[in-house]
Amino acid sequence: MSIFIDRNTRLLVQGITGREGRFHADQCRRYGTRIVAGVTPGKGGSTVDGTPVFNTVADALRETGANTSLVLVPPPFAADAIMEAADAGIGLVVCITEGIPLMDMLKVRSFLRLTGCRLIGPNCPGIITPGVCKVGIMPGPIHTPGPVGVISRSGTLTYEVVHQLSGQGIGQSTCIGIGGDPVVGTSFIDCLRAFAHDPRTRGLVLVGEIGGSAEEEAARWIRDHLDIPVVGFIAGLTAPPGRRMGHAGAIVSGASGTATAKINAMRDCGIHVCEDLGDFGPFCARIFANLLLETGSG
Amino acid sequence: MKLHEYQAKELLARYGLPVPEGQVADSVEAGLAAADRLGYPVAIKAQVHAGGRGRGGGVRLARNRAEAEEALAAILGMTLRTRQTGEQGCRVRRVLVEQGVEIRHEFYLSILPDRASGAMMLIGSTRGGMNIEEVAAENPELITRIRIDPLAGLQPFQVRRLAFALALSDVQERSFFDLLVNLYRAATENDLLLVEINPLAFTAADRFLLLDAKVEVDSSSLFRHRDLAGLRDDADQDPLELEARKYNLNYIRLDGNIGNMVNGAGLAMATMDMIKRAGAAPANFLDVGGGANAVMIEHGFRILLADPRVRAILINIFGGILRCDVLARGVVEAARATEVNIPVVVRMEGTNVEQGRQILAESDLDLVTAVDLGDAARKIAAIAGEL
Repeated sequence: MSIFIDRNTRLLVQGITGREGRFHADQCRRYGTRIVAGVTPGKGGSTVDGTPVFNTVADALRETGANTSLVLVPPPFAADAIMEAADAGIGLVVCITEGIPLMDMLKVRSFLRLTGCRLIGPNCPGIITPGVCKVGIMPGPIHTPGPVGVISRSGTLTYEVVHQLSGQGIGQSTCIGIGGDPVVGTSFIDCLRAFAHDPRTRGLVLVGEIGGSAEEEAARWIRDHLDIPVVGFIAGLTAPPGRRMGHAGAIVSGASGTATAKINAMRDCGIHVCEDLGDFGPFCARIFANLLLETGSG
Repeated sequence: MKLHEYQAKELLARYGLPVPEGQVADSVEAGLAAADRLGYPVAIKAQVHAGGRGRGGGVRLARNRAEAEEALAAILGMTLRTRQTGEQGCRVRRVLVEQGVEIRHEFYLSILPDRASGAMMLIGSTRGGMNIEEVAAENPELITRIRIDPLAGLQPFQVRRLAFALALSDVQERSFFDLLVNLYRAATENDLLLVEINPLAFTAADRFLLLDAKVEVDSSSLFRHRDLAGLRDDADQDPLELEARKYNLNYIRLDGNIGNMVNGAGLAMATMDMIKRAGAAPANFLDVGGGANAVMIEHGFRILLADPRVRAILINIFGGILRCDVLARGVVEAARATEVNIPVVVRMEGTNVEQGRQILAESDLDLVTAVDLGDAARKIAAIAGEL
C-alpha cells in the first residue's frame, strides 16, 4: 500500500519535449511508472521515446485516461501548467519546478480549491512508492519497499535520509517531498492524514527545515491523531536569521521559524528527534526496531 | 530583493500613492541644493537596506541650512549599525532629502503574501512609527490582520473593516479607500513580498502621506519586471556572494573556518549543522543545486578558497541528477587549477559513486575521502582539532 500514487497511476508529463522533461520521463518509465502521455503546446501529434505528445492536457486526458501529471516546465509557465492540469480534471499534479513567483502560487492554491485537484510541490523532488511507481526526479535505486513513510521539505536531504534508512534495512511505503517554497500545494498534515489511512505505513520520518511553522503544526497533529513511531529531523540549526537559505521558504524571521523551536515542538509532541544526520540510520533502526521485527515475522 | 526607500516611493508614487516631495543625493552639496529647493524643515534619511535606521542615527531632521549641512556630513559615508545590519554595519552612500511635514497621527500599514494561509494579508495598526514586532508582542489587540483572497482581490468590506479598526475620521476615511486599493495594486502587480508603510502619516493638511516605505520584490518574479530588476543595489553585498551569483551558485558567507559545498539547500543546511556538531564552525552555506555541472563545481571550489578564513573544506554531494563522476571531475580540475594547500574532505553518494571515487583516487590529489556522513563528520572534527 501507499499514498497518492500506486499501480493505477497513469502519468502525464507536462514539458516532456524539454531536455529535463524527456530525461526524467525516461527515468520514471524505467522505474516502472506507466507514462501514458506528454503535453507540450504546439508539439501535439509527435512522440517522445514512444510516448504520444498532445497540445493540451484536456486532449491527453481524453485520449489516454491520464490521472496524474508531472510538471517539468520553466518557472514562468509552471503556474499555468498546474492550473491547466487541474482544470482538465487531473486528480494529482506533482510540480518539480523551482523559482515560481509566490504570487502565482497564491493564485494556484485558490484555483485548485475549486477543482479538487491535489498539488505536490512546487520546488520538490516529487513522490515515490518504492518498487511500484516514481513521479519525480529522485534517484530510484536508493529506495526499498517497506513500512516507513517519509515526508520532507527538501530534495537531496531526503535522498540522504532514505539512503540511510535503506542501509539499515528499513524500507519505505511512500516518500514525498512537499517542497521548499513558502507556499506549497500539500502540507505535512495533508500527508500525515493520508498516511494515517494507509495500514501498511507503520512508522514515519518527518524531515523539516527552518522557516514558517509547518513542522510545529505537524507535530501537534501527530500528537493528537497518530500512535505510530515518528522520527523527526530539522535542518538549519546554524542558519543565520534573516537570510534565505537556498529554498525560498527557508528563512528565520525574528524569533519564528528557528530550528530549535521546531525541534522542541516535535519533542513535546512525542516525536523522536535525531540531531545528528550522520547517525540517522542507526537512530531509526533503534526507534523502528519493533516494527522491523513485526515485518520480519509477518 | 530589497528596494531602497527612495526607489520604493518612486514605485508607489506611480500608483497615485501620496509620498513626500524629496530628492536623492550622494554628496553634501547635492543634498543642500535639494534641501534649499524643498524648503526647511527637511528630513535627511540614509538609504541602506536595513531597518532600524532611526535608532542607528541614520535619520535626522534639519530645521535650517546649517543643521542640514551638519546632518548630511554626518550621515553620508557613515557606517550604519542597526539590529538588522549586524556588527559590520553598512556604509551610507546616498541619502533621501525630504520635505518635513507636520504630523497629526501615525498609522502602520502593510500588505504581504502570507505563507500560512496562502492568502494576501493586509495589516494595519494605530501604532505607527514603532517597531511592529514590538507592538505585536505588547499590544496585539492594536493590530488588525485581514486575509485577502488572491483571486477575488481586495474588497470594499475589507477596507471598511480596517478603517473601523483604525477608528478613522470621516475625512480620513474618504481618501483611505483609494489609498488601499492603490497600495494593493502596487503589491500584486509588482510581485512584492512586502510593502510596509511605517509610518503612514495623517498630516496637519488633512491628508495621508507615506512617510516611510519598505519594499521587497520577489526575486523569482524579475523575469516579468525588467524595470525592477534594474533597481538591484549590490553595494553592500559580500563580494564572494556576488561572484557566486554570477555562476548561479547559492552562497552565503558565515563566520566559521570550515568551507563546505553541497548539492541541495536542505542537505547544505544539515551539513553546516553537522560541522557545528563536530566542534567546528561552517564558513559558509553553498548549495550548488541539483543540476550542477563540472564548471559550477569548479567555480564553487574557487569561491570557497577565495575566503582567507577557510582552513579546511568539506564537500558533501548526494548524486541524483548531479552524478558523482561529474562532481569528481569538477573537483579534480578545480584543485589542479588552484593549488589547494588546505585539507579537503570529500563525501559522495548516489548515482555513479564508484566512478566518482575512482576519478578522485586516480587524481594524485591529496584528498580525504569519507565513506559516509558520520565518517565525514569525524574527519572534519579531527582536522578542526588540529587547526
